Amino acid sequence: MLIGAGLILFLMAGLVIAAFRVRRPAVDDARSEKVWILGLGLGFSMAVLAALLAYGLVAGERLMPRAAADLVRVEAEARQWAWRFAYDDRPGYFTENLLHIPAGRPVDVAITSTDVVHSFWVPRLAGKLDAIPGHVNVLRIEADAPGTYRGVTAEYNGEGYSRHVFTVEAHDAAGWAAFVAEETP
Amino acid sequence: MNALRRHRKLEAIWSSEPGWKGWTSSVNHSDLGRMFLFTAFFFFFVGGVLAMLIRAQLATPDSAFVDAGAFSQFFTMHGTIMMFLFAIPAFEGLAIYLLPKMLGTRDLAFPRLTAYGYWCYAFGGSMLLVAMLFGIAPDGGWFMYPPLTGPLHSPGINTDFWLIGITFVEISAICAAVEFTVSILKYRAPGMSLDKMPIFAWYALVTSLMILTGFPPLILGSVLLEVERAFGLPFFQADLGGDSLLWQHLFWLFGHPEVYIIFLPAAGIISTVIPVMARTTLLGYGWIVASAVALAFLSFGLWVHHMFTTGIPHMGLAFFSAASTLVAVPTGVQVFAWIGTLWKGRPELHMPMLHILGFFVTFVIGGLTGVMVAVVPFDWQAHDTAFITAHLHYVLFGGFVFPMLAGIYYWLPLLSGRKRLFRLGELAFALIFVGFHGTFMAMHWVGLMGQRRRIETYDADTGWGVINFISSVSSFVMAIGLAMVLVDIIIHAFVAMRGRRNPWQAGTLEWASMSPPPSYNFASLPEIRNRDPFAGDPDLPNRLAKGEGYLGEPKAGRRETLMVDIATGRPEAVVVYPGNTRLPILMAAVTGAFFLSILLKLFWITPLALAGVAALALVWVWQLGSRTDQGAQDAGRGVTLPLASETDRSPGWWGSTFLLVANATFFGSLLFGYAFLWTVAPGWPPAEWLDPSWAELGLGIGAALVGSIALRVGTRRNRNGTSPQLALVPALLATVVTVIVFALLLFRLPPPDGHAYAATLFILGAYGLAHALLVGLMQGFLILQVRRGFTSARRQSGFSVVGLWSDYLCAITVLSLLAAHLPGMAL
Repeated sequence: MLIGAGLILFLMAGLVIAAFRVRRPAVDDARSEKVWILGLGLGFSMAVLAALLAYGLVAGERLMPRAAADLVRVEAEARQWAWRFAYDDRPGYFTENLLHIPAGRPVDVAITSTDVVHSFWVPRLAGKLDAIPGHVNVLRIEADAPGTYRGVTAEYNGEGYSRHVFTVEAHDAAGWAAFVAEETP
Repeated sequence: MNALRRHRKLEAIWSSEPGWKGWTSSVNHSDLGRMFLFTAFFFFFVGGVLAMLIRAQLATPDSAFVDAGAFSQFFTMHGTIMMFLFAIPAFEGLAIYLLPKMLGTRDLAFPRLTAYGYWCYAFGGSMLLVAMLFGIAPDGGWFMYPPLTGPLHSPGINTDFWLIGITFVEISAICAAVEFTVSILKYRAPGMSLDKMPIFAWYALVTSLMILTGFPPLILGSVLLEVERAFGLPFFQADLGGDSLLWQHLFWLFGHPEVYIIFLPAAGIISTVIPVMARTTLLGYGWIVASAVALAFLSFGLWVHHMFTTGIPHMGLAFFSAASTLVAVPTGVQVFAWIGTLWKGRPELHMPMLHILGFFVTFVIGGLTGVMVAVVPFDWQAHDTAFITAHLHYVLFGGFVFPMLAGIYYWLPLLSGRKRLFRLGELAFALIFVGFHGTFMAMHWVGLMGQRRRIETYDADTGWGVINFISSVSSFVMAIGLAMVLVDIIIHAFVAMRGRRNPWQAGTLEWASMSPPPSYNFASLPEIRNRDPFAGDPDLPNRLAKGEGYLGEPKAGRRETLMVDIATGRPEAVVVYPGNTRLPILMAAVTGAFFLSILLKLFWITPLALAGVAALALVWVWQLGSRTDQGAQDAGRGVTLPLASETDRSPGWWGSTFLLVANATFFGSLLFGYAFLWTVAPGWPPAEWLDPSWAELGLGIGAALVGSIALRVGTRRNRNGTSPQLALVPALLATVVTVIVFALLLFRLPPPDGHAYAATLFILGAYGLAHALLVGLMQGFLILQVRRGFTSARRQSGFSVVGLWSDYLCAITVLSLLAAHLPGMAL
């Protein structure tokens, strides 16, 4: 995408500069309109945009949550300025600002808020999704490898915004089993 | 009469009072256009200082320059000022100044409304400045998402300043939009058919129609949020049946068209300046008009792309993603038409052209990153990071500030009649260009690294320090460049030498008068035969000054111009404008008292202020009245025309029509909000419904229909020379019944602070009640005019205006009552 954008930018810049530099014979309006407006304006823009849109839709489709046998479900509840996480696999247990997930398995995060609008974002795991009072949004994330991942709130939510961060801890299979079995805090 | 005597006579009729007092009473578009521009650039300066403070804070990690509270006021006010107090008013100012001159007429359609709009802007903007001086400025971000801005999480007065101040300022945008629409459609030089209109007028027309349909959703949102804050009606509180997403929809329903409302006038400048700089004509005039119209339509289908991360269903995302990419096509057509124009001609690198080149580079990059964020998966990552901030500055600075600077350098010789002295502008451009790209390229980069927008500080170990430092240093370079533009303009305005007329050899009419133009613009109005009337006809200004055009004979004390047919530009009527008056500033002050009373919770003043506004409005209209028929008027060149006030399509009728377009959009947004809360919000159905009543429903709809029909009968009787009172009095009685039905609705509702259902119906009922009272006032006023002899079969304009409002009342009464009573009956 970046390379394409760069190419288009150079094309445009080149055309503008050439307008000042190149000596050229007079062309009648009708022909210029055909080249500039029908050809470049409509034809070129539409071709590039159609390709990009198709790419975006296909990529978006691949990110869609699908039914999976080993799916894990957790709940994320935001407030000013903390996150509280709950686990379907370990009922009644909560963590603050630290989310445990298994690595290598799809995880659905059910996101909501108790006060203002927040947004759940773990840049290395997925895009962001808003936490809106009265609504539950479900985000599919998946960590390829065990480890810790930084998460932040990504919608301005008042004075504590810049410090409103959390951590995601992705466990290997054994670690997750231990977590679910209520062996680790 | 020679040209000089004609000039003196016209000046006596048209000029403002001398000295500073003239500013408060002037209704002249040249004065008010300059006042608008001056005030807008003052706010640009204030917004710029805020931007410098933001960059100073972010220049280094763990900065302790300001705290989070002050920082949130900085970024909120920076965005708010630039969007609402700079960009839109700067367009308004430029268009107010230029449009009548380009269209070959003497003023805009409603001179007093121009002045009223200016004072609303000045007073509303001052409210926000005062808030900032006292450190109680809005701090919830410029798009003000509730519940953060709701009564629970922002109890202070800060948010109220935003909601009330911006709504006050938006009155001026709506006034200007109504005025531009009517002026462009009806107030042109004879013979200027739509296809011969200067391209800037086309852009201004499309922009105005977009303001009329784009601003009402935000005004509604602001009203709802302020009502929630002041009286506890829960529109955005999830636990009481409200939904904060409603605000996001209303805000972006305004906010996305807003981007094009800002860009289109700038595109109008570019389309005007490029052909002149390239010594040719614009390539693909028809295509450009078509793409501007297409942009306007498409831009209303895009608002959801600001909400890709709110959990919109996937199908919805695909649709809005496609629409967001599609909108780039008409933009592409325009950009290539401009480049094609450059190729067609022999471009010369004058000062305005430099800024146009700056526009090309910057705007194309902004457009490309825009297409990137239209791709949903990319947006999920980039959303709410510095990448978005950088993208929107490329679009707005590239798409508005550069063209605006080009426009300033292009039209400065017209405003001042001077030529530039030093070559300061070139150096300033270089600094602005380099500084801008340094600032925001760095911000793209750090955004992709994960820096969120609106954080007041960051840790050193993020590694963002160097990039932010580059960004901050560059931003100061840009600020120095902008300050040099200011110095350049001041030097130009006061020191530079007199220049000659039309230094760029442009073909449009604004150059076909003196520079600077006189208060009346043209001593007589030209007959237009092609798109560049001044191009092949260098003698045109002299002939106009000699009075060889239309309306060349000044009549004692009368400010006159022509109204024309929309499509062909055939002259239809002679308009007589009102003269200098302090009524607009007084009316704006009383309107301000209304807003202040709500802001300061002094609710006993509110009804007094409303009564004051109504009384002044009646004086406003009363002053236009006449007790005798004037008959046919000599328009010059052997043409005789009726007075506009003696036709059934008076300026007031046209103004009302487009005001009602905005009003209907407001009402439609309210119905949308009702349906949205009903279907999407949690916490529905409510515990308690309105007890539906067939009697009220039937009575209300019946009265609405009777009122509308009776007024039509009255209009017909007046035209036939019989007394209209026999029909007007029943119309007024029917309106009184409508008032009662709406009052009953409000009275019988479940408590409106208990659930969003009752709260929404309360607003619907209050809207209906206000309109019924307004129409009742108008009908009573019309009866008074009839009794005092201010109407006749010829002087019928009042009937068509009141008829229009009565029909509107009929429509909203039927819809509101059905929306209120039917659901209860079905359940």
